[in-house]
Formats: sequence, structure tokens, C-alpha cells
Amino acid sequence: MPISGVPYFESQEATFLPAKTLYDKIWDAHVVSTEPDGTCLIYIDRHLVHEVTSAQAFEGLRLNDRPVRRPELTLAVVDHNIPTTDRSKGIDDPESKLQMDTLASNTKEFGVEYYDELDQRQGIVHIIGPEQGFTLPGTTVVCGDSHTATHGAFGALAHGIGTSEVEHVLASQTLLQNKSKNMLVKVNGKLPAGITAKDLTLAIIAHTGTAGGTGHVIEYSGEAIRDLSMEGRMTLCNMAIEGGARAGLVAPDEKTFAYLKGRPKAPKGAHWDAAVEYWKTLQSDEGAHFDKVVEIDASSIAPIVTWGTSPEDAIAITDSVPDPMSFDDEHKQSSASRALEYMGLTAGTPMAEIPIDKVFIGSCTNGRIEDLREVARVVEGKKIAANVDAMVVPGSGLVKSQAEQEGIADILKEAGFDWREPGCSMCLGMNPDRLEPGERCASTSNRNFEGRQGHGGRTHLMSPAMAAAAAIAGHLTDVRDVTKGAPA
Amino acid sequence: MKALKDLTGVAAPMPMINVDTDMIIPKQYLKTIGRSGLGKGLFHSMRYNDDGTDNPDFVLNKEAYKDAKILIAGDNFGCGSSREHAAWAIEDFGIRCVIAPSFSDIFYNNAFKNGMLLIRLPQEQIDELTTQAEFGSNAVFSIDLEAQTVTAPDGGEHAFEIDDFRKHCLLNGLDEIALTLDKESSISSYESTTSKTHRWLTPATS
Repeated sequence: MPISGVPYFESQEATFLPAKTLYDKIWDAHVVSTEPDGTCLIYIDRHLVHEVTSAQAFEGLRLNDRPVRRPELTLAVVDHNIPTTDRSKGIDDPESKLQMDTLASNTKEFGVEYYDELDQRQGIVHIIGPEQGFTLPGTTVVCGDSHTATHGAFGALAHGIGTSEVEHVLASQTLLQNKSKNMLVKVNGKLPAGITAKDLTLAIIAHTGTAGGTGHVIEYSGEAIRDLSMEGRMTLCNMAIEGGARAGLVAPDEKTFAYLKGRPKAPKGAHWDAAVEYWKTLQSDEGAHFDKVVEIDASSIAPIVTWGTSPEDAIAITDSVPDPMSFDDEHKQSSASRALEYMGLTAGTPMAEIPIDKVFIGSCTNGRIEDLREVARVVEGKKIAANVDAMVVPGSGLVKSQAEQEGIADILKEAGFDWREPGCSMCLGMNPDRLEPGERCASTSNRNFEGRQGHGGRTHLMSPAMAAAAAIAGHLTDVRDVTKGAPA
Repeated sequence: MKALKDLTGVAAPMPMINVDTDMIIPKQYLKTIGRSGLGKGLFHSMRYNDDGTDNPDFVLNKEAYKDAKILIAGDNFGCGSSREHAAWAIEDFGIRCVIAPSFSDIFYNNAFKNGMLLIRLPQEQIDELTTQAEFGSNAVFSIDLEAQTVTAPDGGEHAFEIDDFRKHCLLNGLDEIALTLDKESSISSYESTTSKTHRWLTPATS
């Protein structure tokens, strides 16, 4: 109501709120204090911890006589260097064992919940966070691992941190941060049949480059994103970091709520209702400002594979290995030449003719139940090629158990896949699962860096369906040819 | 954290783009529970031959650059994994400053937490500095953090940007955790508010 003597437009102005992006909203809700130069102290709602990047952080707490401020907001699990063979009789590698034992004793000493190698809830840190309902929309989630971006699928602001920051979070439940810029990746239209979130995320990186998102938080929107399942959204956001972004975000919706409802650590009863009411406000406002906008036509995306040693080296399976001289700047030309030499590839070779030695199905990118169902759909009733060794590493003990109950494990074993215990495995080769020098792998993981899966190993990134098709064919191949005639 | 006010020394040129943290320090060095001694693993696969001997062609194995204190690198340096071991390895080798067109966000943060200075300069200036660095041990660079300048061997001054807070912490070698814990009342007040407005935030116990 206009107050007497005060022009009406003033009260209108008083109620005006600037349009905010989803990232702005989550950021603003977490600012504890601000330095004069704009550096903010941000509150952290969820902290995930694993064995490789935490020992030095706990040691720092001990040296300074500092407790963990809120142990109930941290969840720890062993995943990076754990073997994927039977663990019930202990771990052979003394260095891996020391890291695992150190995490066990640190979590006990500081009162942090820990899923050890024999716990069925154990798995890759970015699989178990959502699985347990620990990851929630509108929260800040951090972990000493760059693929923390995965949790952005829930509309959580999630990013990787270093060990010094792990210690900072343990001690204070906060982080010192500078706000990133806003970037929007809008994927219009529908993905063609047989094209998955992995193809989409690789296609986006090929388009924007591995540094395209540097200094930004990406929000993914558009019809194709809404159509993705929660698992697909996790695959998409998981690789936001490979596009250089600080984090990836998808606004939460009914799919998000349905996924979380009833999970062990998700809110219950009245808390659940209050949470959903709040989560429904977590969308970018109409007219909110993005510093960078990229639009992609979903219908143009084909099955994608990588040819080089950076995730941006991604092309359609129907394409050929590119000529390094076809790149426009000299740094990219020399990088591509080096990549082809490392990968043992010749420009002009059709991607679908490249033979493989190994197949790796798993990782925080593609180690969830839908991924395994997709592999089973492609390989059911078939056998893997004689020249190929193929392994499936479920993302968690719960994924493994579900796949066994659904009969997926039997289909995969029948086709000749090695069925393993959960962990990060050959995604980074810290455990005994790795490539030998010169071996070529069709992999559902996230990085094709030199030596990533083993010294001298050659990695081609792709979707679970494409890796399954490669396992059957013995070379990279278009999954649409392998599944022709089969129900989608 | 060690303070850094200025730095004078030889700069090693490494004009490769997308140098990732797996390249900086590979997985076999991540099994440690300490943070020291990682300099020996720095750039392992480029620096050593398969039999463990030094690769004489790698820049840091060349006599002129064995004691380099500065690295002049390509775009998107430090991309990939969040492993702070990458920063620990570079620092342990003796390099306190990396200059590049851009860095991955996580690596950028990690380096400053370990008393390192990362400087972003436009590609054209990096190309120029790389050319000068290729002159070897006679090519001495000076960096003045207070003034925010890099002085190249030819005397050319290159100004760089850095956040005030980051600069302040590095100049004075401040412990960021202690600084944050001094804000106890702000943190407690934030927690007290959200525990009322967002009661669902505390994880459920099963």
C-alpha cells in the first residue's frame, strides 16, 4: 500500500530484487563474512573425505591441536587405491594399506563416520554421497577430489579442493573463496536415441575446450538436461571440471526430490517437507545475468570418443583421427602432434577402426546402476572379442549388490567381463588395476591424460554403451551398429 | 606458510598447453601420508627415461635450469586432479613461482596455500618471456610481489594482477586457518541462524 505522501513507485522499488542465478542464490546463502577485496568465507554443509588427500590434513589438525568442528558434516570412505579383488583377507600393497589404516585411525580419533573396505556402503566417494542422501540441493559440498563437481547434479554447489583446504574445512567448516563467474550451457532439443549423458558432456567439452569454464561455475539447462535422469546429470556434472569449471549445476526438480526421498541421510518427515519447499526456489531467475552463454543443439550429437590426451580431444565415432595441422594455433598443433605420438595414432585413421586391448567400465563418471544396465543391454547374449580384457568395477557395494539382484552381473560375466569389487580402480590406476605401456583402453572414466590409467597406457573416453560395443567388436565402434534392431 | 616478497632467479621455459597434475606428479607419488620430498617425482614421465635415468632433453634436466626458481608455462597449467601433491612437488623442487596465461582453479588455490606465487599474463607476454627464458642461466628474472611486477632479463617490466587478500597472506606468510578461526563469532552466528531456518541441513541419522 502506498503510504500517504510517498510516491507509489518508491514502494515498488523497495520490493524489487535483482534477478539471481542458481549459483548466486547458493553462494549468497553461504557467505559467513567478506574481506574488503571481496574474498568470502563460505560455509560448507557437506564434506567428503577419502584416503589419498586427507592424511596430511588430519596431521595438520593434530599438530595445531585443533578438533574437527562438526564431525557429523563429514563422511569418509576408502576408494582411490583399494584393490578391486577380494579384500576380506587384507591388502597386500603396504603403501596403500598405510593410507587406508591412516584414514581409519584419523576418522576414529576425530569422530568422523567412515565406510571401510568391508562395509557394503563403501564405494567411490562421489557415488556414495548421493546414494546415502548426504548430498542435497542448495548445499555446499566439497571433497579433496576434483570430481566433486558430480554433486552439482542435485543443485548443490560442489567442487574439489586441495589438502590444505580439507584441513581448513575440518577445522572451521568454512572455506575462503572468491566468487566465480556465471556460465550457462543450454542444451536445446532432445538427444537422439542411443546418445547418453557421457556423449553430451564430452561434446560440450569438445565445444568449449578444457579451459572454457575456467573461473566459472556452469549451470546446465535446456530440454535435454531436464530429460536426463539423476544418474545422467551426475555424469554430466562430473566432467564440468574437465571443461575447467569450478563446478557444474543442474537446478533441482521433481526427479531430484524423487531420487533423494527415503535415502538414509536425507531429511525425514517435516524436515523433508521444509527442505523440498526451499529446494523449489533453487532456479535461476528469469533475466539473471550469465557472463558466458553457450547453446548446443542436442539433436546434432553423435556417440563421442576421444582421440588424444585431453578430454577436449573428443570427436564423433564416425570421424577420423584429426591432422594436427588442422588446428588453428601453434600451441594446439604441437599439443596434438604430441598426443598422436603418445596415442600411437595416425591422422586420417577412422576412429571406428582403432583396435583395443582393454575395456574399463566404472568410475565416478559411469559406475552407477544405470550405466551397468546400459552395458548389459549392449552385451546381453554376446561375447567380448578374443583380443580384449574387459572389467566392470561397480561404483559402490550397493550398486554391485543391486546389479547382482537384477541379473546384470550374470549377463556381464557370461559375456566375458571380469566382475570386481567397488573403487576408483583403473580410472587413475592407483591400485593394481592399470594399463601396461602401449595398451589401448576403451574407458568410461573421465581423463585420458598421458599415463593416467598406467604408465604409457592409451585411453579413449566414451560412454558405457560405446565401451560395451567396443568390447564386443574388439575395436572402437558405433554402438548404434552393434545394437541395430534391438529395442532401445 | 612461507612468506614470499620477491624472487630473483632463472626461469625454465615449458611452453606446453594443458599440463595436467598427473603430468606434474604421477599416481605412484600419491601414496605418501606426508607432504615433503615430492620434488624428486616432479614431471616424472617427462623428466626420467624408462630405466630411471634423466632424460637430457627435458628442460629441468638441462644444466641452465636445474636450479630454476620460476617456471614459464603454457595455457591451462595444473588442470585435472585436485592433488595438492602437484604444488608440493613444484615447491619442493625449488620453484616458487609459475607464470602462465591461465591456471586451473584448484591448482591455483593449492599453490598459494603453499607459499607459491602464480602469475597470469596474456599469451603474447608469455611468448616473449618464454623466448627470453630460453637464453638459459644468463636470463635472470625478478619478481616483486609488493609492486606486482615481473622484470624480464631485457629489463622489460610486466605488471600482473592478484587479489589483495591473497597477496597480503603471501607477503606475510599468514596461516589462513588461524585467520579463519579468529572469525569464530561470525561462524557461530551463521550456524545458529541456519540451524533455525534450515533445520533439514543436519544429516539424518539412520
